[in-house]
Amino acid sequence: MKKLLALMLVLVMVFAFTACTGTEGDANAKKGSVYWLNFKPESDGALKEIAKLYTDKTGVEVKVVTAASGTYNETLTAEMDKGDAAPTLFVVGNSAAVDTWGDFCYDLTDTDIAKELNTDAYMLKDENGKLCSIGYCYECYGIIVNTALLEKAGFARDYITNFATLKEVAEKVHAEADTLGFDAFSSAGMDDSSSWRFTGHMINLEYYYESVDDPAAWEVCPAEIKGTYMDNYKNLYDLMVTNSKTDRKDLATGGFDAGAEFKNQEALFYVNGNWEWGGISEAGMKAEDLTMIPYYCGVEGEEKAGLNCGTENYWAVNANASEENIKATLDFMKWLVTDADASAKAVATFGVMPYKNAVESSNPFLAQANEYAAAGNYTMPWVTNFQPNVDAYRAAAVSAINAYNADPTDATWEAVETAFVAGWAQNYQAIQ
Amino acid sequence: MKKKAKRRDHASINSKNIRRTIMYWSPLFLLPMVVSFIIGFVWPFIHGAFLSFTQFVITSKWTWVGFENYIKAFQDESFRYSFLFTTLYAFVSLVLINVLAFSVAFALTHKFRGTNIFRTVFFMPNLIGGIVLGYIWSMIFDGLLSAYQKSVITDTGWGFWGLIILMCWQQVGYMMIIYIAGLQAIPESLMEAAKIDGANGFQTLFKITIPNVMSSVTICLFLSLTNGFKLFDQNLALTGGLPYIINPDGTTVHTTEMLALNIYNTFYTSGSAKGVAQAKAVLFFILVAAIGLIQLRSTRNKEVQQ
Repeated sequence: MKKLLALMLVLVMVFAFTACTGTEGDANAKKGSVYWLNFKPESDGALKEIAKLYTDKTGVEVKVVTAASGTYNETLTAEMDKGDAAPTLFVVGNSAAVDTWGDFCYDLTDTDIAKELNTDAYMLKDENGKLCSIGYCYECYGIIVNTALLEKAGFARDYITNFATLKEVAEKVHAEADTLGFDAFSSAGMDDSSSWRFTGHMINLEYYYESVDDPAAWEVCPAEIKGTYMDNYKNLYDLMVTNSKTDRKDLATGGFDAGAEFKNQEALFYVNGNWEWGGISEAGMKAEDLTMIPYYCGVEGEEKAGLNCGTENYWAVNANASEENIKATLDFMKWLVTDADASAKAVATFGVMPYKNAVESSNPFLAQANEYAAAGNYTMPWVTNFQPNVDAYRAAAVSAINAYNADPTDATWEAVETAFVAGWAQNYQAIQ
Repeated sequence: MKKKAKRRDHASINSKNIRRTIMYWSPLFLLPMVVSFIIGFVWPFIHGAFLSFTQFVITSKWTWVGFENYIKAFQDESFRYSFLFTTLYAFVSLVLINVLAFSVAFALTHKFRGTNIFRTVFFMPNLIGGIVLGYIWSMIFDGLLSAYQKSVITDTGWGFWGLIILMCWQQVGYMMIIYIAGLQAIPESLMEAAKIDGANGFQTLFKITIPNVMSSVTICLFLSLTNGFKLFDQNLALTGGLPYIINPDGTTVHTTEMLALNIYNTFYTSGSAKGVAQAKAVLFFILVAAIGLIQLRSTRNKEVQQ
């Protein structure tokens, strides 16, 4: 009996080992196959449907794997080590990622898919000018406004056109919050689930205006920044945290559901982007009761500001993949942005796809972005994508802002400036 | 009466037949363990040590840089800080965990109602994973501290003591079980002799009980010291290294970041820092192994033979 048991245990282990080393069939080797490593859990379902559509149509295998939330870098590091089984299509979404993964990117210059782009705004190049990745969709962010509540507070829909009017509205609503039944801004939690709205998105206004002053310096990631517009960032940030139902001293711990506050009509303003439309519409809010306004922060001429449009959804093709797989991947990408069914599905998931033949988006916030642009307002691109060593950079900013919120003085604000400005140079150095 | 010749038992474990068979077949039975040990430990260890001398993004493509990574690791202020923080943490937690665990074990080896329930309850926190514990405790701490508008992530002191409390809560039960086993192994006769000789409670505790559980103390000190140095999950979930000190030149010191988390954060810095993280990890291994061995040797000497 014991012998039998021991034998079984040995067999189990042996099988376990052989199972680990088992290889997948290579029926598709000739045709090539696509392996897309996706980084947004919320789009996993839609991508799998698109992949199936393509496989049904062409017989080319498309595998979609989505990294668990917040672990894309870890997953990519592990997956890229798998030789022939490595992803053929992956995301290189900002200049920090180009620094790390640039060598793995197939040069997309003059490929069919690059020619389909209807703008050159969504191209990431390395320092040698190699086209490492191209955007497959773009999004926009700003301040989402519940216009029904705005009117209830006694202001016209289009009353807010600059920082002064934004301030007037926010302060009046906050002062009358008890009688109105809603406050001005939704809570600005500084935990990981929410801090990116301020250390990643809102800070874009600083970088953007700085890049307008000195466009040459901002063609590639600058080694250092000046922080000229930090005071404007402070204007907007302070306005937001002082005119909300949450005490700023409690923001560090987070745990506030800003989205729910907005959907439950408890807040007039919600700092976020067009991707929230799905959740907001599900909560029963109508497009006509919503609008998105730019980050008004007291910069001269900001009446002509538009929304922050850009993306971190950049496709890169693995240069180390086999030729068949690279070709299959490029074909798949082209199909996705030109095929009516596929691009409709993709647009519904991602927002706008900046490609000549892709279907138009029905997202009202993106329509808003286009309205601003059509009216001659300047669009603010996501300069924030340049943030060097982005995770460490933002983490330091969060820590400094926490200290500032706990004790809002000039000294603690200085640390916030240091984290954003000197921290930029430091993190830029760290990755060289 | 004729003395019965001592018969050899051919089935006994010492008999030639059995021993020969064991000798012959043992490699086969050892093989799975050896293979998994090589795959799961020896090879990754050698590979990791090798990578610490290279620059790499994925492990199969590397360029040799020699000791550059080690130099960078030593130059890194945050690494030196986290080393000091970790050392302080490891010693404070070592003392507290063991004093508490021994006290609880000592109390629970006295006969009173419900000792088994208490033992189970004290042991249970150990069954919860570190990340979950970290988040649960961050809610508890922040729930309490928010009354004073503080948080474990805005105050280094609270972060430190938060980690200590968390680890005590988790580890005391485990160490308690080891101490209980040690306490129960002390022969009754020794205790009785002490009583007859007129030793009082304190004398019995310090002259009889503690010397006799030194083998348990060795194990517990070893475990809690290495656990302290290796702490990662709880650190990541409870404070994540926050708050930072922002130096005027833009560098940061993560005031509650311990060594393992520092290595992790270095590894996922963009660009070419993975080799530096690897070098830090090798240094970390040498450190933990050395401390463990020194400590093991020094407490072994105090163990008594019964």
